[in-house]
Amino acid sequence: MAKPYLSLEQIDMVFSRGGATTQVLNQVSLTVEKNEFISIIGHSGCGKSTLLNIVAGLTQATRGVVFLEGNVVDKPGPDRAVVFQNHSLLPWLTTYENVKLAVDKVFSSTKSRAERHEWTMRNLELVQMVHAKDKRPSEISGGMKQRVGIARALAMEPKVLLLDEPFGALDALTRAHLQDQVMQIHAELANTVLMITHDVDEAVLLSDRIVMMTNGPSARIGEILDVPLERPRRRIELASDATYIRCRSAVMKFLYERHRLVEAA
Amino acid sequence: MTANPVRLKSMEPVKPQADIVPLAVARRNPAGRALRKWLASAMSHVLPPLVTLLFLLIFWEIVCSSPTASVPPPSRVVSETWELIVHPFYVGQGVDQGLFWHIFASLKRVALGYCLAAFAGIALGALVGQSEWAMRGLDPIFQILRTVPPLAWLPLSLAAFKDGNPSAIFVIFITAIWPIIINTAVGIRNIPQDYQNVAKVLRLNQLEYFGKIMIPAAAPYIFTGLRIGIGLSWLAIVAAEMLIGGVGIGFFIWDAWNSSRISDIILALIYVGIVGYLLDRLIAFIAKAVTRNTASA
Repeated sequence: MAKPYLSLEQIDMVFSRGGATTQVLNQVSLTVEKNEFISIIGHSGCGKSTLLNIVAGLTQATRGVVFLEGNVVDKPGPDRAVVFQNHSLLPWLTTYENVKLAVDKVFSSTKSRAERHEWTMRNLELVQMVHAKDKRPSEISGGMKQRVGIARALAMEPKVLLLDEPFGALDALTRAHLQDQVMQIHAELANTVLMITHDVDEAVLLSDRIVMMTNGPSARIGEILDVPLERPRRRIELASDATYIRCRSAVMKFLYERHRLVEAA
Repeated sequence: MTANPVRLKSMEPVKPQADIVPLAVARRNPAGRALRKWLASAMSHVLPPLVTLLFLLIFWEIVCSSPTASVPPPSRVVSETWELIVHPFYVGQGVDQGLFWHIFASLKRVALGYCLAAFAGIALGALVGQSEWAMRGLDPIFQILRTVPPLAWLPLSLAAFKDGNPSAIFVIFITAIWPIIINTAVGIRNIPQDYQNVAKVLRLNQLEYFGKIMIPAAAPYIFTGLRIGIGLSWLAIVAAEMLIGGVGIGFFIWDAWNSSRISDIILALIYVGIVGYLLDRLIAFIAKAVTRNTASA
């Protein structure tokens, strides 16, 4: 059997503060194939962001290993670029400079100056942000910031693109627009994507597989759902598609019947 | 005949016409309109302090108008210091210089001491802000040293440097450095986790992190420290110069007191105040230019 592209093996995460310890993740194992789009969905507090941070290398798992192309992940790096929930653009740089910073660092030895400029522009084009390349983050809208964040991550040519609730802070219309853009980019570049979300429609629309997490503490993977929908997907047609509806209700049932967040107010 | 046109005028829509005319003029001449707007806003900002000043001067004039008053009224201050006011660039023997040269000498000392403090302060602040151990080791010492009044350093520095000028510069340095260190350290400790994560994902090295994340992210805090520092420097230089002598606005004031030239003291105080204000505005201006649009994302 061929080795999986990305694999999480028996991940345990225990936070200890003083004498009290909280187990956040319990025996999480997952394999991801190349070019796959995976969503991780669960109620807030189920440790899905922690899981993403472990894959990113920003957090060390208490037990368990993450392998990427057979190599152990033990620290952050540009091969696992993260699109952060709150965009995390550097406010003192223009959008161009924000992307360029990543390009300059990752391709410092492999691309010439002119090539790096071109590559920066290519990625800004990909998210349709060339028009605002000289604007600072404070001068553009939330959706635009997130697009620049995506461009910055894509520009690193990551082996896995990690999206941490990338559209959570956006209004519904902007979110739909960005989802379409992410689908288009995924179709074009065939990236491997791991996305955290709490939006059922978003998960079904974008993913090849949906990983559903049980409630924390001590969260684990409850179910993994295949989404056998043809690509390219169009949200309007899908609204009445039988497979879409079946997948959607399967996730809903998992989240709201079997694993309702009891303490949620 | 005369009554008719009058009646006609009042019946025709004269008023709307009169309303339209200035609007059309304004549209044709936007520069003039902008100028008028600017003048109006300038007046609204300049007029209130001028009125306050006027009242203060009148009050002062009345209170000190008796011939036996120990402090001269403004009118006498102006007449007695007229020579100093109109000849700021006068060059004489020794400390007998125009006021411009006194202030210039003081500013040179402040510039040198303050620049040294800025460099050392930002470097030490970065160290303390970034390293837990550096903070534990240095912070208690900083907290004690910063409470020592600036002038208390002067005898020690005179003993060390055996000369007035470097001693004064050292006093400026030691006065200005504490707020710069402390604010820089706070700024660096408050760098959002997000920026640190970006740096980690990009694998920026220490030098790149310092230049591309740390300094720009902490810039608003650093400039707060720099602004407090310049104010304290200017406070300290006047006091230090009173003791070390030589050319400088501080010694000028002390010299004027020794020769009972009260009006000269008052003029010098006004100059000191204005220069201090300008120094503060200068740092604020630089801060605004450097940290433009970067306060928040």
